[in-house]
Amino acid sequence: MTGLQDKLTPQQVEDFGRELDEIRQRIVADLGQVDVDYIHNVIKTQRALEVAGRGLLFAGFFPPAWVAGVAALSVAKILDNMEIGHNVMHGQYDWTRDPALSSQQFEWDTVAPSENWRHSHNYIHHTYTNILDKDRDIGYGILRMDPAQKWNPYYLGNPVYATLLALFFQWGVMLHDLEVDRVAKGERTWAENKPVLRKIVRKAGRQVGKDYVLFPLLTGPLAPLTFLGNATANLTRNLWAFSIIFCGHFPADVESFTEEETENESRGQWYLRQILGSANITGGKLFHVMTGNLSHQIEHHLFPDIPARRYPEIAGEVRAICEKYGLPYNTGPLHKQLFSVAKKIVKLALPWNGEPRTPATVESDKTLRAA
Amino acid sequence: MTALVPRRARRLASLAEALLTPHGMDRYLELVDPMLVRREIRGLVTGVRRQTPDTVTLTVRPSRAWRGHLAGQYVRVTVEIDGVRRTRCYSPAGSEHDGTLELTIKADPQGLVSRHLNRTVTLGSVLGLSTADGEFTLPSPRPRRILLLSGGSGITPVLSMLRTLAAEKYEGDLVFLHYSNGAEDALYRTELADLARRLPGLRVVHAFTHAKTGGDLHGFFSKEHLAEAAPWYPDAETFLCGPKPLMDSVREVFEADGIGAHLHTEEFAPPALTFDTENAEGQVRFARSGREVANSGKPLLEQAEEAGLSPEHGCRMGICFSCTQIKTSGCVRNAKTGETSSEENEEIQLCISVPVGDVEINA
Repeated sequence: MTGLQDKLTPQQVEDFGRELDEIRQRIVADLGQVDVDYIHNVIKTQRALEVAGRGLLFAGFFPPAWVAGVAALSVAKILDNMEIGHNVMHGQYDWTRDPALSSQQFEWDTVAPSENWRHSHNYIHHTYTNILDKDRDIGYGILRMDPAQKWNPYYLGNPVYATLLALFFQWGVMLHDLEVDRVAKGERTWAENKPVLRKIVRKAGRQVGKDYVLFPLLTGPLAPLTFLGNATANLTRNLWAFSIIFCGHFPADVESFTEEETENESRGQWYLRQILGSANITGGKLFHVMTGNLSHQIEHHLFPDIPARRYPEIAGEVRAICEKYGLPYNTGPLHKQLFSVAKKIVKLALPWNGEPRTPATVESDKTLRAA
Repeated sequence: MTALVPRRARRLASLAEALLTPHGMDRYLELVDPMLVRREIRGLVTGVRRQTPDTVTLTVRPSRAWRGHLAGQYVRVTVEIDGVRRTRCYSPAGSEHDGTLELTIKADPQGLVSRHLNRTVTLGSVLGLSTADGEFTLPSPRPRRILLLSGGSGITPVLSMLRTLAAEKYEGDLVFLHYSNGAEDALYRTELADLARRLPGLRVVHAFTHAKTGGDLHGFFSKEHLAEAAPWYPDAETFLCGPKPLMDSVREVFEADGIGAHLHTEEFAPPALTFDTENAEGQVRFARSGREVANSGKPLLEQAEEAGLSPEHGCRMGICFSCTQIKTSGCVRNAKTGETSSEENEEIQLCISVPVGDVEINA
């Protein structure tokens, strides 16, 4: 390996891995009723907001009701996708054996079918985090998000593509599963895409039917207002999800890796890659809930199947371990991380910013202290 | 059943499902009242009584998806204990002609669920239920002579049969032979006496294993007991449920008499399964989760759990089929029957299947 991880001796990597394993074991042993009560409360809140939001849109002729309805529906969709859907589908609540909280059965309020997403996200992205050409979340096959991605004139449109992806994020996630870029390169056939496509058509059909046909029709003369309200709620959710997710891996100083250097990784090395390849966002309790605790992206990438509500309680320990071993712990307020991401998107649109992977450096005294 | 529901109601229901996609109507209804769910079966506890210190008898009103049970069948009861759903099988004790469910649960000192049900269930508690299942049922038309034989909490499925027969005003010869430690452990004693008064053909026989007086018979099961309680037993159909030693000795007598075919049994205690954990070899692969472990020689359910998976399961003794999964390749031994099978893409019960060499499960 040639990156930051080389600053640690094999023994240090092993010790570091063991310390993280201990955190994991402690949390897993402690899981119980409080975790279940928590997710049930979030679900209740989400359902109540959804019912309230849909209800208020029946009074959408009254502007404050329309605004309140759209706000409630937007928050409901955000909670559904992030603190509930994303986390449940990671298997964080499989230990409860509750079918309604089962990673294999849960379906979320977006056009991307959960089954497709579980493959592209849980398996591909979480296994090959930030490995170039393996982790398909790097740029979603649309953007140039890493200096090591070879520049070509198409990438001049980077900021435009990013804006479009943010606006239509749920459709981006949905199409992501089709791996169109790999089909174009001949690495994947349309035949392989058939089952994926079938699920997409069915799922997207239902979502579109609900938000853009049935609910508008039910509100009768208010149909255009309801249509607009639902579209706005979807848009709000899209922009929010895009922002949080892009802040998780693409601020400056987040590292990427090559396939060669991650071959035969040990458990400790895998942990190391997750930390170097992720970034957190600081904020209050409500903010963390609204991000599905993906504001603790580092902790999430270390322990994707531990209930996300546990990330804040271990974040201090993870950070202390990083400091002990002289590793960066990339975190900052939302505006700072977003600005960093935006800067990267613009910068990488241009050819002269293309360079091979440049590992971040740590101060040598930190490395020495850890040694 | 669906044909009885007016078409308009069905249309409304499917419109509601479309509007509430992707979660579906139940996930909203249950927040209002857990008993309103349409697709799952739940049971509201409407009665709690204690016949003996270590048992609880629950009267349960099932939600509308319940389709009734046949006497002798069991239901899977699910409760949440410290955030985890646990499922066990219990046989309803009531008549199959009764719309409510009656469950009598003995607290096993080691039993997580049975102790929980004994300690914490109160009026208004809601239980998760399955449809009724099981082959241990009365034949139709009813046989001319019937012996119902039970021990301890194994009384429930045969009591259900008795109450069903009583409701049908059964006119044949009928003996209810029940084993308990002594008078204080004899479940349903007053009800049984009451039934014996109402049903002319019925004879109730109480056998006490640990008391020398007070019962109709004393000591453990023997052929003499059988001859005394139901001398015509070779001509009857016998339905048996109870602890393993009782089941074994009854089976022995029936086999020796060459009338094993007339004996119908329901096992409640886990069968004594033997596992060879010393000589186990091969790898077990759980395909969906990608986990792979070295075969320990234990049942696949335990191996899966030790690998960090939590497959759905119920009885853990090969009865309820909750843990059935597809074995894509390899050979497994059925720990109950000893039979081995190496068919591909075959459905197996994880709790009683032990890998023989390499096995791949789609879990």
